Amino acid sequence: MATTVESRRAARQSAPSTRPRGPIPWLRTHIVQIVAGFVLLYMFLPIFVVVQFSFNKPVGRTNYDWHGFSLEPWKNVCGSGLCGPLGLSFKIGILATILSTLLGTLVAFSLSRYRFVGRSSANLLIFLPMATPEVVMGSSLLTLFVNFAFIPQGFWTITIAHVMFCLSFVVVTVKARIAGLDGRLEQAAMDLYADEKTTFFKITFPLVLPGIVAAALLAFSLSFDDYIVTAFNSGQAQTFPLWVYGSNLRGLPAQANVVGSAMFFVSLILVFVGRFAGRRNKA
Amino acid sequence: MSAGAALAEALESEPHPAPKRGRLSNRRTPYLLLAPGMLWLIVFFVVPMVFLVSTSLQTGSVSEGYTLTFHVQTYSEALRFYHAEFVRSFVYAGIATVLALLIGYPLAYAIAFRSGKWKGALLILVIAPFFTSFLIRTFAWKTLLADDSIIVSFLNTTHINSIFKLLGLTTGDRVLATPLATITGLTYNFLPFMVLPLYASLERVDPRLIEAAGDLYCAPFTAFRKVTFPLSMPGVVAGTLLTFIPAAGDFINQSLLGRAGEGMIGNAIDSAFLDQQDYPTAAALSVTLMFTIVVLVSIYVSRSGTEELV
Repeated sequence: MATTVESRRAARQSAPSTRPRGPIPWLRTHIVQIVAGFVLLYMFLPIFVVVQFSFNKPVGRTNYDWHGFSLEPWKNVCGSGLCGPLGLSFKIGILATILSTLLGTLVAFSLSRYRFVGRSSANLLIFLPMATPEVVMGSSLLTLFVNFAFIPQGFWTITIAHVMFCLSFVVVTVKARIAGLDGRLEQAAMDLYADEKTTFFKITFPLVLPGIVAAALLAFSLSFDDYIVTAFNSGQAQTFPLWVYGSNLRGLPAQANVVGSAMFFVSLILVFVGRFAGRRNKA
Repeated sequence: MSAGAALAEALESEPHPAPKRGRLSNRRTPYLLLAPGMLWLIVFFVVPMVFLVSTSLQTGSVSEGYTLTFHVQTYSEALRFYHAEFVRSFVYAGIATVLALLIGYPLAYAIAFRSGKWKGALLILVIAPFFTSFLIRTFAWKTLLADDSIIVSFLNTTHINSIFKLLGLTTGDRVLATPLATITGLTYNFLPFMVLPLYASLERVDPRLIEAAGDLYCAPFTAFRKVTFPLSMPGVVAGTLLTFIPAAGDFINQSLLGRAGEGMIGNAIDSAFLDQQDYPTAAALSVTLMFTIVVLVSIYVSRSGTEELV
C-alpha cells in the first residue's frame, strides 16, 4: 500500500526516471499541454492570415485570394484612403484614454482607500457598463443624443461614449493595483515623519503608476478597436473600425492587414519591453 | 481587447490591508474623488437608459417628432416580428459560450498548473492575437472559412460537415454564410474573456489539495471532478458571463460571417435604429435584450451559488 502511494507521488512529481517511457504514456501525461497547444494555434490562425495577406500583391479590390508576395501594401499604406480614419481613431483614442484614465484613477482611489456611505452603489455603477451589451449602450446613447439635437454627432459624441465604456475598465485595473499594494510601505513612510501628501506622492503614487499605465493602454485599445458603440454615435465621422467595416461591401484592401499586422507587432513589442523593464525594477 | 485581462487581474489580486486613516475631517474627500467619474457614468450611461426606455414607449416618426404615449404594444409587435432573431442570439451565444468553456479550460489549466517558468509568456500569447483589430481578425476568418480553404475541405472530406449539416449548422458544402461560421467567430472573438477568469481562479487552487485527493486514492480525473473543478467555479461563472453577454449582443460576426437575412438581435437593433430609423421598435428591442440578459444572468448566478462574485 505504501509503495502505491510512493509511486503515485513520484509520478505526480514527474521525476523522469520513474515515469514509464514510450509515446502512449507520454501522450497520457501531456494531454493537457497538447490540447492547450492546439487551442493556442487556433487563437493564432487569423493572425497568420492577417500577416500573410498584408504582403499580398494588390490585384482587384478585394483581398481574399492570394496573388503573390509583394511589399506594395506596406510601402503605400495611405493609398487606400485609410489614413484619415486611422488618424481620427488615434485622436479619439488618445483623448478618451486621457479622460477615462484621469477620472477612473480618482474613482479607484476613492473606492479602495475610503469607507463611505454609497460605496457599494458606486461599485455597482462601475460594474454595470461592463455587463451591458455594447449594442444596448450604443443605442441608448443614440436616443440621448437624438433628444439633444444641438450636440452634433461626430468627434465629441464618439469621445464621450468611449470615455464612458473605458472608465469601468480603468477603475477595475487601477483598483486591483491599489489592492495589491503593501500597506506597510505607507505606514513606514509615515513612521519616518512623512506627511500624507509626501507619502502619497513619494510612495503610493509611484507604486500605483504601473497599474495606471496598464489601464491607459487598455483604455486606448478598447477605444481604438470599438465598432458597435461608435457606429451608433458617429454621425458622419469615420473611425478606423467604421472604415474597415464599410469595406465589407467595397472589398477590404491589403493595407488594412498592414495596419492590423503593425498593431499586433507593436503591441507585442511594447508588452515584452514592459515586462523586461518591470523585471529590472524589481531586481 | 484585453478587457478580460483587467478582470483577471482584479480577480487575482489579494487585498493587503491599507493603513487605517482616521480622518473624520476629510469626510468629503471620497465623494470629491468619485464625483467626476460617477457624474460621467450617470449622464452618459444611466440617463441614456432612461431615454431608451422612454423612446420605446413613444410613437411618431423622425420627421414629425415623437411623443410619449406609453404605447406598450410596440414591445409585443417587436417581439412578434423579431422573435427568431432573439432565439438565434441566445442559442448562438449559448453554444459559443459552451465551446469557449470547453476549449478555454484546458488552456487555462495548462497555464496554471503545467507551464512552469513559461507562465508569463503564455499569458501574453493568450491575449496577443487580440492586440490586432477585432474586425480585421473577423475578416481573416472569412478567408479561413472560404469554400476552397483547407479547413472547409478537411471538414468535407472527413464528412464532419455532414454532422454539422444534420444539426442544421451548415448547408451544402459551405461553411461561410452559415450559423457555424457565426458561432466560430463568436467563440473565437470572446475566448480570452473565458480563459483569463478561468486562469485567475485556477491559479488560486492550492495544488496540495489535488495532491491530497491523489493520496486518498482518487483517480486523477475524479480528483479533477471533485476538487479542481468545484474550486474553479468562480472563474467558470465569470468566464461564461463575460463570454455570453457580449456574444448575445454582437452583430459583427453575424454580418461578416453569417448568412444575410438570418440576423441576430444586434443586427435587428442596428438596422432598426440606423437604416429604418424606427426608434421606438429599436429601443424596445434594446430594452428587451437588456432585460432578458439581466434575468438570465441573475438566475444563472443564483443557481451557481457564487453571488459574492459581483
